[in-house]
Amino acid sequence: MTSSAITASGLRKAYKDKVVLDGIDLDVAAGTIFSLLGPNGAGKTTTVNVLTTLTKADGGTVRVAGHDVATETRAVRAAIGVTGQFAAVDELLTGQENLQLMADLKRLGSGEGRRVVTDLLERFDLTESAQKMASTYSGGMRRKLDLAMTLVGRPRIIFLDEPTTGLDPRSRRTMWDIIRQLVAEGVTIFLTTQYLEEADRLADRIAVLDQGRLVAQGTPAELKRQIPGGHVRLRFAGDLELDAAARILPDSTRDDEDLILRVPSDGGANSLRALLARLDELSIEVEEFSVHTPDLDDVFLALTGRTNTKVNA
Amino acid sequence: MSYATTMLGRNFKHTLRNPVAVFNAVLFPIVLLLMFVYVIGGAFDIAGNYVDYATPGMIVLTICYGLSATALAVNSDMTKGIINRFKVMDIPRSAVLSAHVAESMLRTVIAIAALVGVAVTMGFRPAASPLEWLGAIGFVVLISFATTWLTVALGLSAKTPESAGMVSVPLVMLPFLSSAIVPAETMGPGVRQFAEYQPFTPIIETVRGLLAGEPSADSAIVAVIWCVGIALVGYVWSLSTFKKRA
Repeated sequence: MTSSAITASGLRKAYKDKVVLDGIDLDVAAGTIFSLLGPNGAGKTTTVNVLTTLTKADGGTVRVAGHDVATETRAVRAAIGVTGQFAAVDELLTGQENLQLMADLKRLGSGEGRRVVTDLLERFDLTESAQKMASTYSGGMRRKLDLAMTLVGRPRIIFLDEPTTGLDPRSRRTMWDIIRQLVAEGVTIFLTTQYLEEADRLADRIAVLDQGRLVAQGTPAELKRQIPGGHVRLRFAGDLELDAAARILPDSTRDDEDLILRVPSDGGANSLRALLARLDELSIEVEEFSVHTPDLDDVFLALTGRTNTKVNA
Repeated sequence: MSYATTMLGRNFKHTLRNPVAVFNAVLFPIVLLLMFVYVIGGAFDIAGNYVDYATPGMIVLTICYGLSATALAVNSDMTKGIINRFKVMDIPRSAVLSAHVAESMLRTVIAIAALVGVAVTMGFRPAASPLEWLGAIGFVVLISFATTWLTVALGLSAKTPESAGMVSVPLVMLPFLSSAIVPAETMGPGVRQFAEYQPFTPIIETVRGLLAGEPSADSAIVAVIWCVGIALVGYVWSLSTFKKRA
């Protein structure tokens, strides 16, 4: 039996006459990772704010952990943990004091509080810096401390708003590992991200948000089936080579101005080897060769007919 | 431990780690007192011992001096990320603000105790009876409570920490334009009327009267009305701004 940790229906929110959320329906099963994917300004943070009781919706209903966000605010707050885009740590306290503050506010007993603090410092590799002021922490350490503070009191549902934006690749991986561990312990994760790769690697279900509407929802595999596969981009020295290559590769699309041919491809080594061998057989010189895997831009292009960059502009 | 005392512990750690705030709160009024009594005060034509005249004014100045640190602390809580964490936790939101008020008042009381201690060594001899002492202490706490709530509101309304540092300046300056240092009658036209009608003159005269053992009911009534008014405005304004921003 799967129960829902978060459900939303017909969620609407407008700031003055600017509609930010235009009828959002969500259903997040308990113990899973749900990822809300979208470009800047799509409404991801607003969605998180409504689900976490920070912002009141103009319309629609939301239930988190079985409680109505509008009428049972306190019960919702007691059940959730939130890590926002900007590290919510107290810079004038040490790492340990920050965690202890959370333990005190969550009303853990002094013995249990101390144990929880020590465990979290260890788990997040912060023991060495525990006595240093949070203001001296690096961006990655701050994020870790931030998440550690969210975990005090073991919330069953955790909201992570772009937890890896601005992190270096190593810290990003650490964050992904931590998220996976949490889900293994039965926690439900609601994750927003701008990166398809992140959603793809972590999420059980992904919803794509664009201009306040969900334009697609499904498992990563389902979603990727909706977007065009990757392609190989070939650039030639002249029209002659372009024509010759276009003749033997009928699926390709050509760009006469830039002398470019785009050939659909899964990006696998075998198909690339076959493609190059074929061009070699006919002695067609290729100036430039690159493999393009689908990214958020492709998802957006496929789902909305616009590219991500245009949305930002 | 209640939520507010947990928050109060947090604010105390902040204060101890901010030596400039401690300097402002405790040492600066003492330095001012020394300067006025030993350097400048000799030129003033004030009946009696000048330290007896100046100390009550300095007590009120001490209250106001500590306020800029409070405005900054409240503002940086709102502009830094930590408040977002408190907002999504199941804790009463007022705990954050009451902790700031309590911390500010405690800091003020400590600073005033230090100031009075120094003043006594300088020859300050209040003629107040024990009852008048109690009245003076109670009244000082009331002034501190009122001005702190107003400052919390100002700190909450300021958009940046820089402007939060500025909003408390009028509160810090007002006692200088009152009868704190010299009697209002000796001031020039315009300034004198301002000094006579602004809240800090009756407030300071009340503290001075109580400590001198000759309390005046007239200034006390006006002063209490001012304080209650300031406290009410500050409290209501703080809560509504906090709701809007939080």
